[in-house]
Amino acid sequence: MTETTQSSGLAAPSAIGEWIGGMRRSAEFIVIPLFALFVSASLFSLFLLALGKSPQTFFELLWRGGFGTEFSWQNTLVRTAPLILTALCVAIPARLGLVIIGGEGALVLSGFTAAVVALPLLSWAPPFVVMPVMLLTAAITGALWIGAVGALRHYRGINETIASLLMFYIAVSILNFFVEGVLRDPSDPNKPSTAPIGPANMVGEIPGLHVHWGLAFGVVIAIVLGIVMSRTTFGFAARVTGGNVRAARAQGLPVGTLMVSATMIAGACAGVAGYFEVAAILGKANGSLIAGYGFTGILVSFLARHNPIAIAPVAVLFGGLAAAGGLIQRRMGLPDATVQVLQGLIFVVLLVSETLYGRFRLFDPEARG
Amino acid sequence: MNDALSTVLLAVFAGAIRVSTPFLFVSLGECLTEKSGRINLGLEGILVFGAMTGYAISYHSGSPWIGVLAAGVAGSLFGAFHGWVCKLPRVNDVAIGIAMMLFGTGLAFFFGKPYIQPTAPRLPALELGFWSDVPQVREALKINPLFFAGLAVAIVLWWAFRNTRWGLIVRMTGDSSATARAMGYSVDWVRFLATTVGGFLAGVGGAFLSLYYPGSWTEGLSSGQGLMAVALVIFARWNPLACFAAAVLFGGAGAIGPALQSVGISQGYHFFNAAPYILTLLIMILSISPKRSLRGAPAELSLMK
Repeated sequence: MTETTQSSGLAAPSAIGEWIGGMRRSAEFIVIPLFALFVSASLFSLFLLALGKSPQTFFELLWRGGFGTEFSWQNTLVRTAPLILTALCVAIPARLGLVIIGGEGALVLSGFTAAVVALPLLSWAPPFVVMPVMLLTAAITGALWIGAVGALRHYRGINETIASLLMFYIAVSILNFFVEGVLRDPSDPNKPSTAPIGPANMVGEIPGLHVHWGLAFGVVIAIVLGIVMSRTTFGFAARVTGGNVRAARAQGLPVGTLMVSATMIAGACAGVAGYFEVAAILGKANGSLIAGYGFTGILVSFLARHNPIAIAPVAVLFGGLAAAGGLIQRRMGLPDATVQVLQGLIFVVLLVSETLYGRFRLFDPEARG
Repeated sequence: MNDALSTVLLAVFAGAIRVSTPFLFVSLGECLTEKSGRINLGLEGILVFGAMTGYAISYHSGSPWIGVLAAGVAGSLFGAFHGWVCKLPRVNDVAIGIAMMLFGTGLAFFFGKPYIQPTAPRLPALELGFWSDVPQVREALKINPLFFAGLAVAIVLWWAFRNTRWGLIVRMTGDSSATARAMGYSVDWVRFLATTVGGFLAGVGGAFLSLYYPGSWTEGLSSGQGLMAVALVIFARWNPLACFAAAVLFGGAGAIGPALQSVGISQGYHFFNAAPYILTLLIMILSISPKRSLRGAPAELSLMK
């Protein structure tokens, strides 16, 4: 009897101590990326000063174009939706130690197949049939496309980074081949495109937000995957594999199945992004699908440290950056690649900041004082 | 029919030489970098940035050769940065390569905007077809000196890896950094130098793109050549001479589409555009086996782990 009280009396403070220690440890994962963002902003300011442009104007316009008004928020959130999903396409395989950078290819190809599968249905099927068929087609296309990368990696030992990027170029060629060929809509004089899916089959807006449902899908998928990766045996097995493949094999974990299923989930996420680009924004498949969301998604995932829950807020940040790009370009007379330079700079600084982890005693619960 | 066939074959031959030159330079750069035990995926970014720098400097200086040199210097700066950053603990060379790829491309587009319109002096070609009366043959044998320079670099690298002290040091760092350290060499320093020189070669490859073929600066100039070169090095088993052969093969695959178009066959043009990527994937699938380690592969390469 006395023993139990004693042990529970001891357990309480150590639980609190553990909790504080955990907080200190996770603070490191927030403070260092924020520091990296700050350093990138400073370096970019120097870059602008060297060009004779005002950094102050730049950041003011960035704020106004991305977050300043209701309209700019709307613009930002519309870009956030695909960024969340393409970032998940990087984050889930990253847990297994795979670096997939071809999410853009899965997005492009899935958008294309979604638009194409709708074509024979348009004349007779109601929207509640067409829409799920399109969504499912897109998700399956993406899952097979990136899943193939995972399978090649596991069964043939082919580097997933190179393979996924090569497959991006193949996806673009497939899109161009059909869109400029047999599937080109002759009634569209502007850009070579497939026939439109029609206004009835378009995805609507979330009530009160003026942002399409893709955003809600993205957030929900991110939360679900966050729970799956941190609270289920699948997520645990994935993290073990990412930590040490040999140990995972020795434990009898099905490494191949894990790799293929993780890459398939990842591809399905990018595929859903492609579906919403077609069904909520473009209304058809054409070259505008290649908008670089897949590549920005890589950066979003790295900044969120491949944590699905953290991806949503980081995606808002980069959605805002993309939304403000046009305004900055017009007002400051800078080329449209300005946002790309800033993104690249953030990416480089962020990766260099990896070297700072574990160097500060402040974040180390074992160290006293 | 026969006439059309010979036209296509000549065009593929000429195209193979033209298209292969940037592959050759980037793959030699990557080969050197990987031999030292590091992988630089940022060569794609260096290729694009080199293309822009070469074109801009050629436009301002009036000499394309100064442009080529400037592109090489720009490339070596990028390479040096990569080499320096990767020696810091916990910094992943593959991820940094991806970041440098996006950063280099972004910078090239940023500074390259004013150079899309103007025409810069191009690199001259050697007229090796002077002995022939057939115009197609003369056209096909117009070969850029950089192609021969690339061949020379390939031979020198191949020879140097086998026969020189420096070649041995680079190979040793790539195979076992512990051994190199025990022998008293600085692993970081060797890798830094290898990445820098690798960046120089990739920059020169980029200058070829903008100053010879296709011969102008546009934002769609490079489409993954830098990355395909990485796959090509694996296919070539880290042998510079095999890199040369592989680059010509890739060049030939890339030249089929335009060659067919020149005789009026434009069907499936986009599929022929995809040919080099599909070929790269197929070659990787056929030439890599998960069962055994690859002959010639540097043991320290993270790509192989």
